[in-house]
Amino acid sequence: MEELTIFLVIYGTLLGAFAVAAVLVWFERRLLGFWQDRLGPNRVGPFGIGLALADVIKLLAKEDWIPPFADRLVFILAPTAVVITMLLGFAVVPYTEHLFIADLNIGLLFFLGMTSLAVYSVLLGGLGSHNKYALLGGLRAAAQMVSYEVFMGLSLMGVVMITGSFSLVDIVNTQAENGWFVISQFFGFIVFLVAGIAESHRLPFDLPEAEHELIAGFHTEYSGMKFGLFMLGEYLSLILISSMITTIFFGGWLGPSFLPDAVLDFVPHIFWFFAKTGTCICFFILLRAAIPRPRYDQLMSFGWKILLPLTLVNLLITGAVLLWL
Amino acid sequence: MIKAIWSQIVSLYRIFLHIFAKADTVQYPEEMPYLAPRYRGRIVLTRDPDGNERCVACNLCAVACPVDCIALQKTEDEHGRWYPEFFRINFSRCIMCGMCEEACPTYSIQLTPDFEMCEYDRQNMVYEKEHLLISGQGKYPGYSFYNVAGKAIKDKDKGEGLNEAQPIDMKSLLP
Repeated sequence: MEELTIFLVIYGTLLGAFAVAAVLVWFERRLLGFWQDRLGPNRVGPFGIGLALADVIKLLAKEDWIPPFADRLVFILAPTAVVITMLLGFAVVPYTEHLFIADLNIGLLFFLGMTSLAVYSVLLGGLGSHNKYALLGGLRAAAQMVSYEVFMGLSLMGVVMITGSFSLVDIVNTQAENGWFVISQFFGFIVFLVAGIAESHRLPFDLPEAEHELIAGFHTEYSGMKFGLFMLGEYLSLILISSMITTIFFGGWLGPSFLPDAVLDFVPHIFWFFAKTGTCICFFILLRAAIPRPRYDQLMSFGWKILLPLTLVNLLITGAVLLWL
Repeated sequence: MIKAIWSQIVSLYRIFLHIFAKADTVQYPEEMPYLAPRYRGRIVLTRDPDGNERCVACNLCAVACPVDCIALQKTEDEHGRWYPEFFRINFSRCIMCGMCEEACPTYSIQLTPDFEMCEYDRQNMVYEKEHLLISGQGKYPGYSFYNVAGKAIKDKDKGEGLNEAQPIDMKSLLP
C-alpha cells in the first residue's frame, strides 16, 4: 500500500475512534433510556447529540486533581496505558480487504497482547491511588482479567486452527469460503463474547468499577482529563472488541451470503463492517440494560467452571474434526 | 444452569422489546404532568362563601406541623371573631405533608397542586398572609365555619346556625 493511504487510514482510525467513543457516551445513554422506558438525554442539540461535545468539554475543563497521598508517577501513567494499548489494538483491524493499517501475520496475538496490557491501566490506577476502594477495584480487575484472558485466547484458537493463520485478513477470507465462524465456532463465539465483555470491564462484568459497592473502583480518585482517559479507554475497548467479534466471527467486511449478488456488489464492503460493528455495540449496550452484575465469586466460578471447559471441549472437537474429517 | 442462562436470554429479549414502548417519563418544563386536585403542593388560606377569611387562628395547624414552619398570632375583631394578625409559612422548611390541612377545623388552610416555588433568595420562601390568602374557597365550596359552629357572632346568635338546636337553659327545671 502507498504511504499516503497508510497515513490516511491511521489518522482516520485515530480520529474516527475518538469521535465514535465520544458519540458513544451519548448514544449509550440514549439507548439505555429507550430500553428503560425513558427518553434519555435529548436536550443538547438535535436528539441531544451535542451531549457528546458537552461531556468532552466538561471533562477537559474540570479540575485535574492528584491526591497528595497518591503515587504521582503511577497515578498519571495509569490512564494512558489503556488508551494507548486500545488504540494500538486498532492497528490490526481490517476494515475491508484493502483497508487496514497493518496485516500482521500475528494479528490475533497482537490484539490479545494489547488487550492484556490494558489491565495495567486498571491495576496501576488502583494501586497508585492509595485508596482502599481503588485497591479493591484494582485487585478484582487483576483477578478478572487474568482468568478471562485465558479462555479469551483459547476461544479463538478454534478459528485459528481452521484458518491456519493468525492474520485477521486471512481469517475473514477463510470465512468467505467456509461461511461465518459464528456457525462453525459457535461456542468459541459465546466464550469470546463473554470474555470480551469482561475484558473491557463493561456491565454486567464491571466488577472492577462496581459503582454500588466500590464507589467507582479503580478510578475513584480520578477526575478531569485522567478520568476522561479511563472512559475513553473503556469505550475504545468496547469498539475494539465489537470490531474483533465482527472480524473473527461475523465475516468482517463480507456481506450476508443470502443476499443476491447484485446487492452484495452494490453495497461497499466497509458498510458491512461498520454495520456489524454497530450492531455488536448495540448488543453490548443491551446487555448493560438487561443483565444484573454477578457477584465476584459467581463471576470467577462461571469463568473457570463453565467457560474454560467449554472452550477446551470446543478446541478438542474442532481439532478432531480437522484431523479426521 | 441451562435454566439460568435461558432466563438471561429471555430477559435480554424482553428488555429489547422495550425499545418499541412509549416512554413513561414526561418532558417536564414543556409538558406538564397531570396533578390531581388533592395533590399536596403550595399551601393557601381560603375564604368562606361570604368572602371573609376562614382562618380562626386556632393554632392547630402550627401545632400539627412536624417541621414547625407555620407561625401565626391570634387577634379578635370588634365582634369577638378570631382571626390571625399575621400568618407566616416558611416554605423552605415546609415538607408538604398536609398535616395542617388535616388539622384545620375550618377548611381554611389547604394544599394546592402547585409545586413550582423556586426562589434565588431564601427569604422569598417565607410567605406572609397576603401571599397565602386567596380570594376563592378552594376545595370545599359553600362551607362556612361560623354558620355551623355554635358560637355567637356578629349577625348570628346561639342556636341560629345550620342544623343547630336551640341552647338549653340549664337553670330551668322544665323539660
